[in-house]
Amino acid sequence: MKKYWKIIYNGIIPSNPVFVLLLGMCATLGTTSSAINGLMMGVATAAVLICSNAVISMLKNVIPDKVRIPAFIVIIATFVTALQLLINAYMPALNASLGIFIPLIVVNCILLGRAEAFASKNGVLASLCDGLGTGIGFTFALTLLGATRELLGTGSLFGFSIYPEDYGMLVFVLAPGAFIALGYLIALVNKLRKNI
Amino acid sequence: MLTYISIIITAIFINNIVFSQFLGICPFLGVSKKTSSALGMGAAVTFVITLATVVCWLIQYFILEPLGITFLQTIIFILVIAFLVQMLELIMKKVTPALYQALGVFLPLITTNCAVLGVAILVVQKGFNLMESLTYGIATSIGFTLALWIFSGIREQLALQHAPKAMRGIPLALICAGILAMAFMGFSGIKIG
Repeated sequence: MKKYWKIIYNGIIPSNPVFVLLLGMCATLGTTSSAINGLMMGVATAAVLICSNAVISMLKNVIPDKVRIPAFIVIIATFVTALQLLINAYMPALNASLGIFIPLIVVNCILLGRAEAFASKNGVLASLCDGLGTGIGFTFALTLLGATRELLGTGSLFGFSIYPEDYGMLVFVLAPGAFIALGYLIALVNKLRKNI
Repeated sequence: MLTYISIIITAIFINNIVFSQFLGICPFLGVSKKTSSALGMGAAVTFVITLATVVCWLIQYFILEPLGITFLQTIIFILVIAFLVQMLELIMKKVTPALYQALGVFLPLITTNCAVLGVAILVVQKGFNLMESLTYGIATSIGFTLALWIFSGIREQLALQHAPKAMRGIPLALICAGILAMAFMGFSGIKIG
């Protein structure tokens, strides 16, 4: 039991996919204009990651080594398509705000990275935990970045007003703010990690 | 004619794929340490995006739509891109071994470059015809190469600076990219046609 907690914890903090491993940057920058968008994108990616990790670890003995990368991509793409149809049907507003980044979960380096580095070598339960941990780590990073940008840009947090919008720096909601906010957040995480 | 000029200017400057659409960030951060490798990556991506856009457009309108299976779009497109990259690798190994050697490392990485899949899907969403798609594909990849080239020049200089320890590397690169993106925002007022 302790082993599984360790795998989950490892994905959230010591090897956080965004702040430490620097993977999945496109989705991180593109979907975090507000905290709620970041949270939703994180949850969507985590759902696909948990499912694909579990299925890949189940099939790891069946897939020939030479064609493993295309096989992994097809498994991931299947779950992404299912998720895309579900979001289209039940949450059309979310579909409009995340737009092209939902089909692009397929090419998120985190998914293929975890499939190759973890799920193709470990058991089903361990892979599930790894997917869960990395997914939570990704969601946490996206929500934090989204909250930072929303607070600095519009003066609100998850849609609740904290200070008047007129004092907000609009640039943080626009494209350049994404790069700058992420740069400072990674620097902050670097500082904290090295002091510990 | 004006449509094509507008597509080209929009894709390169106004809606630059890296700075305003956030696609292809991984290679943008990964291979921008040296100008020469940045240009090599730009050339390889240009080739793949152009080819993939045309092939995916043909598949979308001649296979997926007549058969009513457009929901398979994501799976089919990513397989086509993986296949194209693999084929490109084989052909280049035989025909131009020198160029293959130079690009070697970057080639397999292009499959998971989200700019390629992104452009293929965007072209379908925007409802472009074949010629417009081809123009959009080429112009987008020129925009990508331009962004990578400018940024690699900046990073070559950045590597020589004494920054605080926590800021070195990626954080400083991201902040510079943000300032560069701000410069590119200056183009957003332009209206064509």
